[in-house]
Amino acid sequence: MEHIRMPKVENVRLVDRSSSRRTHVGTLYLTATHTIFVGEGSEDRNELWVLHSLVCNVVKHKASQSGYPLLIHCKNFQVIQFIIPQESDCHDVYISLSRLSRPEKYEELYCFSFNPNVDKAEREHSWDFLDLKAEYSRMGLPNKLWHVTPINREYRVCDTYPADLFVPKSVTLPVIVGSSKFRSRGRFPTLSYYCKENHATICRSSQPLSGFSARCLEDEQMLQAIMKSNPGSRFMYVVGTRPKLNAMANRAAGKGYENEDNYCNIKFQFIGIENIHVMRNSQQKLIEVSALRSPSMGEFLTGLENSDWLRHIKSIMEAGLFISKAVAEEGVSVLVHCSDGWDRTAQVCSVASVLLDPYYRTLKGLMVLIEKDWVSFGHMFSHRCGHLIGEAKEVSPVIDQFLECVWQLMEQFPCAFEYSEKFLISIHNHIYSCHYGNFICNSQKERKDLILCIIKEKAHSIWLHLWEKKLDFMNPLFKPDQSQNQGLLRPSTAPYCFKYWRRLYNRFDRELHPRQSELDCLMTVKEETQQLEEELALYEQKMAVLDKERAKTLYMQKGVLDSKQALWSLPLDISLANTPQDYIGGAPNLCLFGDQTKSSDADNSDQESGVADFSSHSSGEESLPSEDSVKDPDSDETAM
Amino acid sequence: MELSEHIKTANVEDVTLRRPFHPALRGTLCVTSHHLLFSDRKDEASWQLLILLKNIDAIEKSVENLFGYPRAVGSSGTITIKCKDLLVLQLEIPGMEECLNIASSIEALSSLESVTEMYPFFYRPSHLTLNGPWGLSSTEQYYKQTERLWDRWRVSTVNSDYSVCPSYPSAVIVPREVDDDKLIHSARFRQGGRFPVLSYCHHRNGMVIMRSSQPLTGANKKRCKEDELLLQAVIDGSELGYIIDLRSAQQAQQARMTGGGFESKSFYSHWKRIHRHHERGKVVQESLIKLVEACSDPSHSVDRWLSKLENSKWLSHVHSALSTAGLVVECVERDGHSVLVHGSEGTDNTLLVSSLAQLILDPASRTVTGFLCLLEREWIQAGHPFQQRCAHSAYSHARLKQECPIFLLLLDCVWQVWRQFPLALEFSEALLLRLAQEVYASNYGTFLCNSEQERCAAGVKENTHCLFQSLLRPDIEEQYLNPLYEPTDLAIWPSVHPQSLQLWTGLFLRWTEYAQNMEEAREEVWSIVKEHHEQAGPDRTNNTLSTHCDTLTSFENLMDELTIL
Repeated sequence: MEHIRMPKVENVRLVDRSSSRRTHVGTLYLTATHTIFVGEGSEDRNELWVLHSLVCNVVKHKASQSGYPLLIHCKNFQVIQFIIPQESDCHDVYISLSRLSRPEKYEELYCFSFNPNVDKAEREHSWDFLDLKAEYSRMGLPNKLWHVTPINREYRVCDTYPADLFVPKSVTLPVIVGSSKFRSRGRFPTLSYYCKENHATICRSSQPLSGFSARCLEDEQMLQAIMKSNPGSRFMYVVGTRPKLNAMANRAAGKGYENEDNYCNIKFQFIGIENIHVMRNSQQKLIEVSALRSPSMGEFLTGLENSDWLRHIKSIMEAGLFISKAVAEEGVSVLVHCSDGWDRTAQVCSVASVLLDPYYRTLKGLMVLIEKDWVSFGHMFSHRCGHLIGEAKEVSPVIDQFLECVWQLMEQFPCAFEYSEKFLISIHNHIYSCHYGNFICNSQKERKDLILCIIKEKAHSIWLHLWEKKLDFMNPLFKPDQSQNQGLLRPSTAPYCFKYWRRLYNRFDRELHPRQSELDCLMTVKEETQQLEEELALYEQKMAVLDKERAKTLYMQKGVLDSKQALWSLPLDISLANTPQDYIGGAPNLCLFGDQTKSSDADNSDQESGVADFSSHSSGEESLPSEDSVKDPDSDETAM
Repeated sequence: MELSEHIKTANVEDVTLRRPFHPALRGTLCVTSHHLLFSDRKDEASWQLLILLKNIDAIEKSVENLFGYPRAVGSSGTITIKCKDLLVLQLEIPGMEECLNIASSIEALSSLESVTEMYPFFYRPSHLTLNGPWGLSSTEQYYKQTERLWDRWRVSTVNSDYSVCPSYPSAVIVPREVDDDKLIHSARFRQGGRFPVLSYCHHRNGMVIMRSSQPLTGANKKRCKEDELLLQAVIDGSELGYIIDLRSAQQAQQARMTGGGFESKSFYSHWKRIHRHHERGKVVQESLIKLVEACSDPSHSVDRWLSKLENSKWLSHVHSALSTAGLVVECVERDGHSVLVHGSEGTDNTLLVSSLAQLILDPASRTVTGFLCLLEREWIQAGHPFQQRCAHSAYSHARLKQECPIFLLLLDCVWQVWRQFPLALEFSEALLLRLAQEVYASNYGTFLCNSEQERCAAGVKENTHCLFQSLLRPDIEEQYLNPLYEPTDLAIWPSVHPQSLQLWTGLFLRWTEYAQNMEEAREEVWSIVKEHHEQAGPDRTNNTLSTHCDTLTSFENLMDELTIL
């Protein structure tokens, strides 16, 4: 709180970005965690909440007639412009926000003060939602060829790797140690993905310290063992994800890449993906293009081209495709590395996994994949996302690019993914928001060592939260049984298949998006269908019970009742109130206009504002009482 | 010369057909007066490919073994066929002479000039009869349906013999107080005789969209009292009307040097002129050619692709068409003013803008029937010169004459509107794609000729079938309907930000693997909706559920009674 020089400013104007003439007047509040703008005027309760940890930078602009403009750029690509009447107020807000948005210690992050209304047990439970051990056993590990090595239990061999690592059974501890000494930061080759069907694997590591001529017997044995652990293959690929020139330059610094002559039966393959600095600049250019106000078509396309962003996305996709084809089609194992093995390597391994394994195209699968390939393998979230004040040069949108690759695949295969782009956008938002504890720190060790106690004591895990909201993230077109969605996806990498991701980069420019959502509408339709099916099943069940009863009673009392049939037509309205007419009549309202849904959440720019709420959910609850109202002679048996 | 005289070799065996994303096939190739037929003989259920020769935009032949003897073993030729619907095929034909013969037949027969020789005059399917109604709507019908017009507007038949304006239909809607004589004078003052006529009357406020060609003011600022009176009568005492001139102010000025011009403020004091620059003719045609060229090479880098896409300017044309249509709608719906739209001839961009504005404004034009009626009134009857504009598509090497894909541009814009309002249109992308194909090569007579007058002279209505009628048969194909259609009364304002406009992949990438996955998605949408209908549809569920309820309740009563007993 000591950083807030100005808790409240009145008569502030919030500028509508779609037309700068429209503004809302209101009051600006600064709290320890949020900037809050409350608009005046009672009829549209107009509130804007911006989390400090999402603020990327704050800029003061030249004074205009109406006051002192303050521009806030957020990491989720929201841009907010306030006009503050007094210069001193503007300066105070600027200074406070600049400090608040750049925390110096982990303890200052929002996840440690975020306190939803759940008890301790529930919070701890949220951390158990994903279990990587279960994920490896889903892949079929450990088995007779691969096992967990205890060598890194104390993070002594490699402090950026997780504690549990899979290596070939045939590899001895000295070999691992030797290999790790020959690799940047000790990141020796270890398993990332195992293909049950043909035993081919994707392994990952950092670059070897080969220089121009250095060799390491243990490292060579390590690769040999990985190759041999895939009994069907005669060789393995080593994929270098850096441009060849960069890799060669690294040789001069005593690093580099594997020499094919020294390693038995490897094929070295370069797939050039640019480094974090190039990517950071590229995204910066892309953001500038996306923020242009009413550009011409030519300006937009030229800007998009000059940003090079889609070219980079394509190169990552091509690398992933190469690896997934090697594994699925050739049955050959692949070792992937870049320099340190936590940026490009993570991207490429996880893209390949999404292409290879339909599981990663489900909600839970994608969570597990991020937890495994990114969180546990030491992608430096805090550095790359700039969670704390620090080196600007370490910031880079590496994980953004992975999420975008998944989105590009969803555009090409609309029926292959269980989740919709809302899920990706929500994950993106939470990676940067520090709302939950998952993406804090740079490695598993840091997380455990430094602040283990406070993360698990105070922070919550995102995954359970997302899982509980999964209905909002479902893709109605998902067809898991479709043959082409099984196994390997074969995306086209033709240039026209790479599109600009408007929903992410222009997420908050509402006027740019379709006014009606096809997917929301389909989701509603699907949910209704399911409700009706359930209802029908319920009735059929009741019928079955009654049939039995009837058989008994009719047998006993047949004669008595025949004469009274006329009386049986009874008020049906109660049970009919919930029959299909209702849904047909209700359907038009349920086919949501994007506008209406959005307006309900647009003004509280909470973390979830990308997620539309379905007003149709309520119809599920409404249907319950009337189901109950049909008197049930034997409720125990028919309860669902 | 008989058509069949162009055919020197009618049949060739052992031809290999290659199509994108399909395995090569061997079979027999057959050339008839109007078709290219390939049939795969191997299977019993033989697979056939039938292509209208008119659909062929360009052919390229490469003959191997050029200096060998004509029937030497192994001599063969390859013909690459590039269709107007953007499909590209390759045929490997054994025998050099056959190959050359086939190629020359295709060249001759795919570019017939005479309308009555074209296939629609020979197309006689068993399920259609020639005596049926032709077309869906007419000026008179539109007038009859639009009650708001009856008071102040009338149908004029001044053009019944097409002498006042050769490209207009025989009947047009004009202000009641302007007599035919004045219309004749106004027509003389407008290029091609296209005097201002009513195109649309807005159901909410009675404001109208008019269209015409440019006034012939010329260098010395001629004026025409009757034309001024006609426009004055359109706004009828209200303060203001807007003239949306589809040329830049500079171009409009320059047009005066060649006899054209614009409505000057001093003579049309109640009209406010707004200039919006639209490309036309050759520029748009070349834009299409560049775009298709860019789409045809998947090996480009992303940078090169984006720069070619930008360079083609196609999306810029989409952008300007939708923006100007939006402007017209703003004038009519938001500001409550009438609008006159024109460019130069008033047969291309004028129709594009006025029909897009109607789609945005008018819920009636968003149904299948309404949309086809709109096309019929605003494009076919209004005299868009289809034959000239669609003589060639993106591949042709022929020297460009009057070609211009303005109609394709319309379809693209409609597609963009559908992407932004996926529930608002009753028809689907498939209908747009079908129209994009039919406009270049068709079994039907709908898109033949350049005007009603020409169609009359050629006997199109008597001797061909009507595409729109056939699309609207009672068993209208499901694929042309939008399963999610949910009519709305509101204007559907599309966003025209470059971020919101996309390449129409369904058309331009139609023959790539990309389209196949989209097809799968489209089927899934249908199956979700159908499943819902099955559950919620009045026939089944109501019955099942209410029978169940019926029985259920009666049994409950039965039980009650039993307990009492």
